Amino acid sequence: MIWSVSWRNIWRNRTRSLVIITAIALGVFAGVYTIAFMFGWVNQRIDSVIHTEISHIQVHQSQYLETYEVHDYISDVESMQEKILKEPDVKAVSSRIIATCMITSAETGAGVQLVGIDPENEKQITNIYTKVIDGAYFEGVKSNPIVIGEKLAQKLKVKVRSKIVVTITEMDGTITGGAFRVAGIYKTANTAYDEMKAFVKADDLRNLLKIDENAGHEIAILLKDNNMEDQVLTKLKSLYPEFQILKWTEILPDMKMMTESMNFMMYIFVVIILLALGFGIVNTMLMVILERVKELGMLMAVGMNKVRVFSMIVLETVFLSITGGFLGILIALVLVALTAHTGLDLTFWAEGLNSLGFDAVIYPEIGLKDVIVVAILVVLTGIISAIYPARKAIHLNPAEALRIDM
Amino acid sequence: MKVLELKNLVKIYNDSAVKVTAVDGISLSFEQGEFAAIVGPSGSGKTTLLNLIGGLDSITEGEIIINGTNISNLSSSKLIDYRLHNIGFVFQAYNLIPVLTAKENIEFIMELQGKKRTERNQRAMELLKAVGLEDRAYSRPSKMSGGQQQRVAVARALASKPKFILADEPTANLDSKSTETLLNIMERLNIEENITFIFSTHDQRVVNKARRVITVEDGHVVSDEKRV
Ligand SMILES: Nc1ncnc2c1ncn2[C@@H]1O[C@H](COP(=O)(O)OP(=O)(O)OP(=O)(O)O)[C@@H](O)[C@H]1O
Ligand SMILES: [Mg+2]
Repeated sequence: MIWSVSWRNIWRNRTRSLVIITAIALGVFAGVYTIAFMFGWVNQRIDSVIHTEISHIQVHQSQYLETYEVHDYISDVESMQEKILKEPDVKAVSSRIIATCMITSAETGAGVQLVGIDPENEKQITNIYTKVIDGAYFEGVKSNPIVIGEKLAQKLKVKVRSKIVVTITEMDGTITGGAFRVAGIYKTANTAYDEMKAFVKADDLRNLLKIDENAGHEIAILLKDNNMEDQVLTKLKSLYPEFQILKWTEILPDMKMMTESMNFMMYIFVVIILLALGFGIVNTMLMVILERVKELGMLMAVGMNKVRVFSMIVLETVFLSITGGFLGILIALVLVALTAHTGLDLTFWAEGLNSLGFDAVIYPEIGLKDVIVVAILVVLTGIISAIYPARKAIHLNPAEALRIDM
Repeated sequence: MKVLELKNLVKIYNDSAVKVTAVDGISLSFEQGEFAAIVGPSGSGKTTLLNLIGGLDSITEGEIIINGTNISNLSSSKLIDYRLHNIGFVFQAYNLIPVLTAKENIEFIMELQGKKRTERNQRAMELLKAVGLEDRAYSRPSKMSGGQQQRVAVARALASKPKFILADEPTANLDSKSTETLLNIMERLNIEENITFIFSTHDQRVVNKARRVITVEDGHVVSDEKRV
């Protein structure tokens, strides 16, 4: 019955309760929606890292990532690619030839990383082909097509079908050049990437470098499931101990740190909101105790012990908090659901966001885990806020409480 | 049978600048089935005396023995439990939990005592009937008159099957008709069920019903007369 007394007590002073419930609801809503927003933001970045830039796992010659030397290649990529593809958790595998070079247009030049790929196979693993905003992905140009980023195109002042010259160091050290024609211009959310990476057909680059037919610098592996990374990684490491095999978080350690610190910051943010709300709740409950001194005196007089009085006040506070918290979470979830598909357009800040590798349209999303954590924090806030008012209540002397004129 | 014995009871309020001796050496004893009124002018110490008997306030000196148990030295948490099982209270006002119905208010005490639901339910209905309010079982106090609320309070006080009921000016806020109804109910319970009532009052009509009248003045018992 204490539960039902506590619950009904909330509604004795409807206005006051609604005010504090609204405050809690708004605060929790802000917290949950911000989490969803940040979470969506970071996940989009992770998604773009996995599906555009890095894939889940990459294989290189052991010191390749330190030197980016064309000599540090994997000599038999094709059979390796086939073998990796046979792993049950692997969805797609791509091998690439990579060379650092100078690209010059009629106007100017720029240093880029030239990536030689098998365009058809590459489609299975990276989604650059979906990001082509002008021209086509390796189509419409007969020989030596090149696909470049918008940022690079702007820098070089070239358009689709423009001719550009690539200056490169061959395997034997001779400097040589090759002419390519722009087939397509792509644009990802990451301008730094767009400026750095230009794609050509693997054979074209091989010819230019005069490198072995079966050589490759990089094998990128896309998995069926994000959670299988470690398992596949261990397996591959045991199969190919001589190579450097890394998952994306190892290749971009700052990304991992950012995601983790973001989580941490979000919780700090929510805790600060709840702390502020907690003071409001304490204030409300102190008013409640003051109003009910006589009633509390009566309850203790007729035999309600301190534990029960304490629990009654705590329960009332918790009910107040979870009503507000539940409403706030509900509103936030509804809004997340509504904006999850349309996205939140931050085009106004697009330039800044893109230079950091972030999309300008953010699709908020939230996991059950975060909702549960917020819900638990709300309950904790209720309990903690109740302690001081409840202590005041149990320290009342029933005889004095009953004497008070109200 | 002696249900209650007060031995040289003293209560001194020390908290303010002036020391107030509200109860100044009162010795009384009550038998099972008494219907006793405590009367006296305002400030004479009636409420203080009843609070001491009920274990609501600390005793400065003396002893209270209820059914052979000395409650003078019980800790405050033991006292709460003692009150729950042994003493029924009716106050002048604020007797009921406003968010509970009449029946729930009565059941609440029994739930605190750990009684089972079926027993609670049955006894609450019986008691409501005894105070003539079975039709208001599901009304909240705010929907009842002052007299009806006091009758529910009497039923609530009985719910725990106490050794006696203490009532501090139970009729002070009631009109004469409600006062009479309440008193008749209390008297009937006293006679038919042998329930001990000790109440304070200012009201002469209430005094007239009492079979024992204890008059206090300045914390002293100045007269203690039994009627038949
Ligand atoms: N908490 C307290 N602190 C100091 N003095 C008190 C306190 N409570 C009561 N008193 C004093 O004790 C004396 C007895 O008070 P009490 O309330 O027992 O009288 P009463 O007979 O019930 O009066 P009334 O008929 O007006 O209800 C009074 O002088 C009162 O002022
Ligand atoms: Mg009084």
